[in-house]
Amino acid sequence: MNYEINNQPYEDTNILGMVVSGSLNNGVEVKLKPEKSVSEIKVGRYVSIEAESLKFFGVVTDIELGATDQTLRVNPPEISNPFIAKVISGSTAYGVIQVEPMLILSQDELDLIDGPQPAKTIPPHFSKVSFASDKDVETVFGLESNTNFWLGNPLDMDTAKLCLNIEEFIKRSNGVFGKSGTGKTFLTRLLLLGIIQRGVASQLVFDMQSEYGWKGFSEESKEVKGLKQMFSSKVAIFSLDEESSKRRGVNPDYVVRIGYEDIEPGDIAVLKETLNLSEVAADAAYSLERFYGSNKWFKEFLSLSGGDEFIELARSLNINQAALSSLKNRLSRFKRFDFIDQSGGNDSVTQILSYLDRGMHVVLEFGRYGSDLAAYMLVANLLTRRIYARYAILAEKALGDPTQQPTPLVITIEEAHKFLSPDIASQTIFGTIAREMRKHNVTLLVVDQRPSGIDDEIMSQLGTKITCLLDNEKDLDSVLTGVSGNRKLRSVLSRLESKQQALIFGHAVPMPMVIKVRDYGTATSYGDFQIEDTKFNFDEDNEDLFGKKL
Amino acid sequence: MNINKRIGEVVESSSLQFTVQCYDLYKSPNIGTLVKCGSDPQLFGIVYDVSNKSMDPARRPVPRGRNENKEEEVYLSNPQLNRLLITEVNCVLVGYQSVDEINQSPVSLPPMIHSFVIECSDEELKRFSSCLDFLPLLLESPVLNSIDEVISSFLIKSSRVHDDSSRFLIYAGKELAFNLSGQLIRLNNLLKRISK
Repeated sequence: MNYEINNQPYEDTNILGMVVSGSLNNGVEVKLKPEKSVSEIKVGRYVSIEAESLKFFGVVTDIELGATDQTLRVNPPEISNPFIAKVISGSTAYGVIQVEPMLILSQDELDLIDGPQPAKTIPPHFSKVSFASDKDVETVFGLESNTNFWLGNPLDMDTAKLCLNIEEFIKRSNGVFGKSGTGKTFLTRLLLLGIIQRGVASQLVFDMQSEYGWKGFSEESKEVKGLKQMFSSKVAIFSLDEESSKRRGVNPDYVVRIGYEDIEPGDIAVLKETLNLSEVAADAAYSLERFYGSNKWFKEFLSLSGGDEFIELARSLNINQAALSSLKNRLSRFKRFDFIDQSGGNDSVTQILSYLDRGMHVVLEFGRYGSDLAAYMLVANLLTRRIYARYAILAEKALGDPTQQPTPLVITIEEAHKFLSPDIASQTIFGTIAREMRKHNVTLLVVDQRPSGIDDEIMSQLGTKITCLLDNEKDLDSVLTGVSGNRKLRSVLSRLESKQQALIFGHAVPMPMVIKVRDYGTATSYGDFQIEDTKFNFDEDNEDLFGKKL
Repeated sequence: MNINKRIGEVVESSSLQFTVQCYDLYKSPNIGTLVKCGSDPQLFGIVYDVSNKSMDPARRPVPRGRNENKEEEVYLSNPQLNRLLITEVNCVLVGYQSVDEINQSPVSLPPMIHSFVIECSDEELKRFSSCLDFLPLLLESPVLNSIDEVISSFLIKSSRVHDDSSRFLIYAGKELAFNLSGQLIRLNNLLKRISK
């Protein structure tokens, strides 16, 4: 190579190197240009590969140090001499990155219309590899639009917007995973906001810690706006604990009351593990329902005084008395829940449905009951079962008259592994929704920190998964089950930063991508959402923060 | 032709190397110097060995300075020595110029005997060393023993005529690293020499 040519500045400093080997199964190996240091490149970075008439898009899945001389390891050069260090690095010692080609885009004008397709081949030897440009991100993920919601920026690409197609997103059940403190709640809040803003579905959010509805807090205890503050006319806050809501300055739109008659044996089966019930004790609820009748069994059973009456009941149901007794003890806990009303509920399901029918979004705050998993699971399962039943009827009607198609509904649940564990996934309504997907226009958004606790079948049915940092082996396996190239993504996933970074992959995105989740909680970030709700005033916020403009 | 830089004439040649007898005793270029000879094509060589010896191989010089105080006085007292002793320079052929283009590849014919040998100017050295494709010729030359010393001298001389000498040396170092993959110790020693 000529010295003068060699020393001309590269036209495109984005070029990283060239493809030197690879396979479709293992991805391609890219030798870095001498002047590119491995430390400039991070796992998960989005790259493009130019190959004759094709353009490949891929993700960096591994970074290696290579050497032309294998004795380099045992006999390193004198790097104390800066000249020798400069010469050796990039020549004898060089950097190699592994790239997993995910998508392929033909430069042919007709093929461009179809957009990028899954890569079924690999780029040839010596193809040029570059950092993807903002335009590449646009080509693959689209621009922000009525259906595309800007969720974050690809890793190390602060000016490129990664947009999620919300319409596609809600067609399947989806999952948000990550260790505690990695930003699941902020990410979920963003997704909920995106769905509201794009108006493609109604939502029911089981807000365990009361952090989505009116306001939430960041790790630094900084207050951030909840959905109701952002979309006051589109979001209704339902509360299980009116006192708690009022203490927090929230005036709930509706206070949920559940009657004894609303509780079904299926609701108890879900709580088997939480209430530490044996199989026999949990099944006894079904026998009690047959014995007393479907609306009365819970009330009658809890009103039993014990003694002979109890022994007689156990005998007539042919159930072990100890099991029946333990069931009664555990269910007596429910008496302490103020939202459960012996005299009857207030048909919360109808209320929720009436809001959802109007295209509104319901956030159910649990208040102090958020810390009681049994209360959370009971209410979530109970309400969802009924709502799903109504949607099933509406969906059937729509089969006869397509104009009657119900608005899609997205139900958000936290601590999802408690509802969807392999033991009970077949019994809970959430398991049914996750498996049957959008048959009845109802899908789930599951939020969880322990995805390995979720039934494998359900995990494999989740359309799009957005995963913050996970480091437990089982959790990593579980999230990546059934994903092509999962071995590579595993290394990407386990190296995410612990804050504001996530790996998104699945149905709604053309290829897996590491993102820096967009900001939420600052005045600028609220302004970026461009919300046109009447009660939301960005200028007012600015004034509150920075004072009036002179 | 630059007569001032003419150092001698070819007295022996092959397609790999040639020997120059210098016009003046002890007036030879250093090891690693780029020289040229011939005219069509003009051939380039790099000095790899310099020797001073008796013109007649059968007559070995004998000591003559027993009664002299200084070495110079030996030559003053024996003026015939400047005729009987000669300086010879061995050069390895590294390329040729055809029309305006320099080709750094083996030559097909050796230079003619009595071809004038001229030390290249800085401009010619700069032009020639802008490309180091001849390095494999030197590195794998079967005729040379201390070739690494020759290469380092050539590269140091060349670096001085380039505008950015350190950048040139890094470029040269990388070329060496490319050609010496698998010979890390040799590479390391060479780099140490040119970094001094």
